[in-house]
Amino acid sequence: MSVTPLFSATRPPAPVTPAAGKTAANDSAVKPPARPGSRFGALADAWLPRLVLSPTIVASLVFVYGFIALTAYLSLTESRMMPNFEYAGFGQYERLFDIERWWVSAANLGIFGGLFILFCLAIGLTMAILLDQRIRHEGALRAIYLYPMALSFIVTGAAWKWILNPGLGLEKMMHDWGFTNFTFDWLVDSDMSIYTVVIAGVWQSSGFVMALFLAGLRSVDDSIIKAAMVDGASLPTIYWRIVIPSLRPVFFSVLLVLAHIAIKSFDLVMALTAGGPGTSSDVPAIFMYQFSFTRGQLGLGAASAMMMLATVLAVLVPLMYLETKGARHGR
Amino acid sequence: MAAELHIEKGRVAPGRIVIYTLLVLVALYYLAPLYVMLTTSVKTLDQIRTGNLLDFPLAPTTAAWAKAWSGACTGVTCEGLAPYFWNSVKMVIPAVLISSLIGSLNGYVLAHWRFPGHNVVFTALMVGCFIPFQVVILPMARLLGMADLANTTTGLVLVHIIYGIAFTTLFFRNYYVTVPDELVNAARIDGAGFFMIYRRIIFPLSLPIFMVCFIWQFTQIWNDFLFGVVFGGADAQPVTVALNNLVNTSTGVTEYNVNMAAAIIAALPTLAIYLVAGKYFVRGLTAGAVKG
Repeated sequence: MSVTPLFSATRPPAPVTPAAGKTAANDSAVKPPARPGSRFGALADAWLPRLVLSPTIVASLVFVYGFIALTAYLSLTESRMMPNFEYAGFGQYERLFDIERWWVSAANLGIFGGLFILFCLAIGLTMAILLDQRIRHEGALRAIYLYPMALSFIVTGAAWKWILNPGLGLEKMMHDWGFTNFTFDWLVDSDMSIYTVVIAGVWQSSGFVMALFLAGLRSVDDSIIKAAMVDGASLPTIYWRIVIPSLRPVFFSVLLVLAHIAIKSFDLVMALTAGGPGTSSDVPAIFMYQFSFTRGQLGLGAASAMMMLATVLAVLVPLMYLETKGARHGR
Repeated sequence: MAAELHIEKGRVAPGRIVIYTLLVLVALYYLAPLYVMLTTSVKTLDQIRTGNLLDFPLAPTTAAWAKAWSGACTGVTCEGLAPYFWNSVKMVIPAVLISSLIGSLNGYVLAHWRFPGHNVVFTALMVGCFIPFQVVILPMARLLGMADLANTTTGLVLVHIIYGIAFTTLFFRNYYVTVPDELVNAARIDGAGFFMIYRRIIFPLSLPIFMVCFIWQFTQIWNDFLFGVVFGGADAQPVTVALNNLVNTSTGVTEYNVNMAAAIIAALPTLAIYLVAGKYFVRGLTAGAVKG
């Protein structure tokens, strides 16, 4: 083999002899041919791949599976400031379910998650369909819709905290414009603060949903649509009856990602409302953080973390099941 | 779908006007916070108090930027964001490079060196993309404490590498399965071994996916808050944590101009990458979205 500089070749080097390429093609993938001649080489080829992968496998066993097991066990102990490894049954879960703040967090996650997903889907899909109408400067518009996704949730939270602040932000602007009755103090209203999280979250993530839907729209088969148009179907009907149903796999990915963002949402709430006023915009991620790290209730924190894991599984498992089932039916 | 179907020849349909209006309005909605952040950051506090959100800065000044960079108080210290910005830089570079390299090797093995159970291994690894990190931070905090890595940049780098590998492996594996097996097998018949094939065939083909992976990992790690706040301590805090402390400081007058300058400073690296290499960023987002 000739020596190729590492980054020079953008195209694959051609197989060295055509004959060799052909033989290999016959039983590709399943069983790669052994290296001829060297027994050491064959042995190396059998074990090197596993050796290369093994640190990752070990890391994943320890840091993902092992740590989940440890957290699960911790949630079954009386641990407070320091971990205590004596089994104590489900007392932490009983305590957790007795804490009103936990239920506030859970309800807030429901409100935030539900509205966040709903608005992102609605806005993202609408914008994608509009952008799909052969729009001039589509690239520039897309870039504008998508840039919030490059920002950290902390930055987004800080920006919206300033815009939504009742004294100087949006409310004052409306007053200056003559709408003196306009009030918008959700940020400091304990009944409404969680909705400000929805506003900022949707601003950050809806463009991304648009990008995914747009990619989906671009892959819809033209001939079906042309046939429908010949039959006299109107554009809304075509989208509603043909195009949107065919986006089913995209819906699954979008739901998966959005649900995931919502459940682990921590930074956005921290920067925007810090869970306040009081604990009114608390979410499980903040509950877990505060009980574990500022209140010294490790056991309780672990129990709340396990509940978060359970929520993720409760959302992901059915979604993935439906998605694979959908795939099997050729959707 | 076929966009040309909707164009009516010769005249501008009223529907098109509605579509363009909507698209532009939404674009303004997405841009408004950036405009507000930028203008606020160069306003004086006086103008902020008397004027309104959308006002143009009357006497632009960079004082707030200077203060955000080197004088603002984030919690107990008043050194501005600069030290934390450099903490983030020191954290993100090794974490991105190492997790991408490991991901590349893993992806190569999973795509071209199939062994019994490789699918199980792949699926098991992917779980790392899905778990909420709250479920691992308590044991991790304990382990970093025992290893004397708590509150250090090294500790944060380690954590980001460990929990980044699932994603980087996914990226590379999905990219490398598109490299024909024939290519790899032909090289093996020629006597090329595992690393030789990686170096001569796979790695030279990998530039685009390395770009995607670098940008994805950079954005994720730079923007991370949870690991930073839990494992960063006082000395290794990344810029996101410092920004949060700055914005949520409740003592004294809130200097919105400083807060906004600080927010932009914290956002600059990822924004710059988005502007320069947006297409790789989007590819990363969509590739990440397929699986999680």
